[in-house]
Amino acid sequence: MSLLSVRDLCFRYGDKPVLKNLSLEVEEGEFVSLLGPSGCGKTTALLLIAGFERPDQGVIELGGEVINEVPAYRRNMGMVFQNYALFPHMTIIDNVAYGLRQRKIKKSDAYKAAEEALNLVQLHGMANRMPAQLSGGQQQRVALARAIVIKPKLLLLDESLSALDRKLRVEMQVELRKIQREVGITTLFVTHDQEEALTLSDRVALIREGIVVQYDKPSVIYEKPKDAFVASFLGKANFIEGRILSVLDGKYKMQLNNGETIDFETPHALTMGTACTIAVRPEKMSISSDCSKVTSIKGKVALVTYAGGITQYMVQALGKEWIIQSQNATIRGAIFSVGEEIWFGWQAENSLVL
Amino acid sequence: MRNRWIGWLTSGFTFIVAFILVAPIFISVVMSFTSSDSLRFPPQGFSTKWYQAVIEEPKWQDRLPVSLTVAVSSALLATSISTLSAFALVHSNVRGKNLISTLFIAPLIVPVVVMATGMFFVWAKGWTIGPLSFGGKIVGTIVGLVLAHTVIAMPYPFIMVRSSLTNVDRSLELAAENLGATPVSTFITITLPLILPGVLSGFIFAFIASWDEVVIASFLSSARVSTVPVQIFQQLRESLDPSAAAISSLLLLVSAIFAGLLILARKKGPEIQEE
Repeated sequence: MSLLSVRDLCFRYGDKPVLKNLSLEVEEGEFVSLLGPSGCGKTTALLLIAGFERPDQGVIELGGEVINEVPAYRRNMGMVFQNYALFPHMTIIDNVAYGLRQRKIKKSDAYKAAEEALNLVQLHGMANRMPAQLSGGQQQRVALARAIVIKPKLLLLDESLSALDRKLRVEMQVELRKIQREVGITTLFVTHDQEEALTLSDRVALIREGIVVQYDKPSVIYEKPKDAFVASFLGKANFIEGRILSVLDGKYKMQLNNGETIDFETPHALTMGTACTIAVRPEKMSISSDCSKVTSIKGKVALVTYAGGITQYMVQALGKEWIIQSQNATIRGAIFSVGEEIWFGWQAENSLVL
Repeated sequence: MRNRWIGWLTSGFTFIVAFILVAPIFISVVMSFTSSDSLRFPPQGFSTKWYQAVIEEPKWQDRLPVSLTVAVSSALLATSISTLSAFALVHSNVRGKNLISTLFIAPLIVPVVVMATGMFFVWAKGWTIGPLSFGGKIVGTIVGLVLAHTVIAMPYPFIMVRSSLTNVDRSLELAAENLGATPVSTFITITLPLILPGVLSGFIFAFIASWDEVVIASFLSSARVSTVPVQIFQQLRESLDPSAAAISSLLLLVSAIFAGLLILARKKGPEIQEE
């Protein structure tokens, strides 16, 4: 049985529906990300689960118990806020011990546990400082320590890493995941950063306009996106939209919406005459100076973006723009330059049918 | 060149205005040290005999405790009521929120004489609506004065607490609740410490509002129970006795001490709210 079970959650702000029958199951010990563009309702879902807002409809169950009517202060969830929300008038150790003190735990025990939590987030020696004296990354760690020291049933993270600069964010991601594994705490993480969601999570729930569009492992969500929204929100994709003209042995001819025709292969079965969308990830495309079986489409390089590990080409072909990424496996750097004529294509298995 | 002239002009103007504002206070303090038997400016000689007279005169010994009791109790009452009300109003989505806020500030706007007249009748005869009745026979009592001054003092702490509340990050209160603090406990451990500078300055303003209030106090005073400002007013009408100037200076001293405390409270404020 799942630890957290959210069923048909509905919520509106005034007349504006924010959540429309949102459902979600989280297993014990799992790290789940709620991912979506801003305004999709992911933060609202978190606030409802934390008990700061009441759902208009639907059920929230924690450990098999319906907690709709349980006030926030009895839900035993630890939350890390986007701005950390450290109490500015208390020292670091008082901040961390706050939850335990509210639980009427003996002062010496509470402070001992708080010390341990600070050690866990590598902030020993900071105990008597004030929050304002700490850097953003350190404040983030304090907020995390404060949330896990109460041994919550569920850890809630609200865009908690997005205020940090990139390098620190990546460091914190690794550390967060490490601590989460160590403590074995079930975690719900709200983010709009797809990379963060993919690297951290056991499962990702992609939310769009108040409903879960796809809920699966990061690799499945990335490699087998359910629709064009999922494919474009998580990473980049080239979309080929059109109508199937002919089928022969898994080889298809498709008429694009702009009238051009394209030949491609896919293991999926498609019927003649149907309209469909094919998506291909830029890194799964091949680019070459010669025509071959996998590089059978002719194009012209319109833009070259060098990004260290990879080079990204914008290619004009068949009346549309294509994004192709190639690994810089040698130190020669970018192979093709703007204006050059090239051939590109992809392996049959890389055609995602949406 | 032109800029410098404007600079001199504005600073000169400021000094003149400041002088006009301070002069009467200065004159009253200087006159209190006169050695003559009537108020006169410039004073003749120097003596502290009128302060001596104030300390020895039983009239002032009666009035001073009344003034202090009334000012402290009404400031306490006004500050607690308006702190809780401001908290409730800031956090609720009740209809007519602005109207309720305006009612709290109304004592600043309504003419004091109008309020004093109304209070006098209610305090003297009582007011009954259906099963509820209020007041009656509390004119000339400390309770009556405290209640009346609570009403006029209310706007100051209300305004200050409300503005400090809007500076408190709501997520701090949510974080406290999330960590297991009940709403009451959240208010005591998180909200109150953060708005304390506002509450303290509200208290000080409320104290001063009652401390130097004459109009309502003179309506609600009796020969036995009265406040210092009312007594000064009456005495000055009867004779130009320098002891009135002496007690005024003492009143001023108390107000000045509170104004100093106010600056301290303010200074402490931004430090905490900076976060």
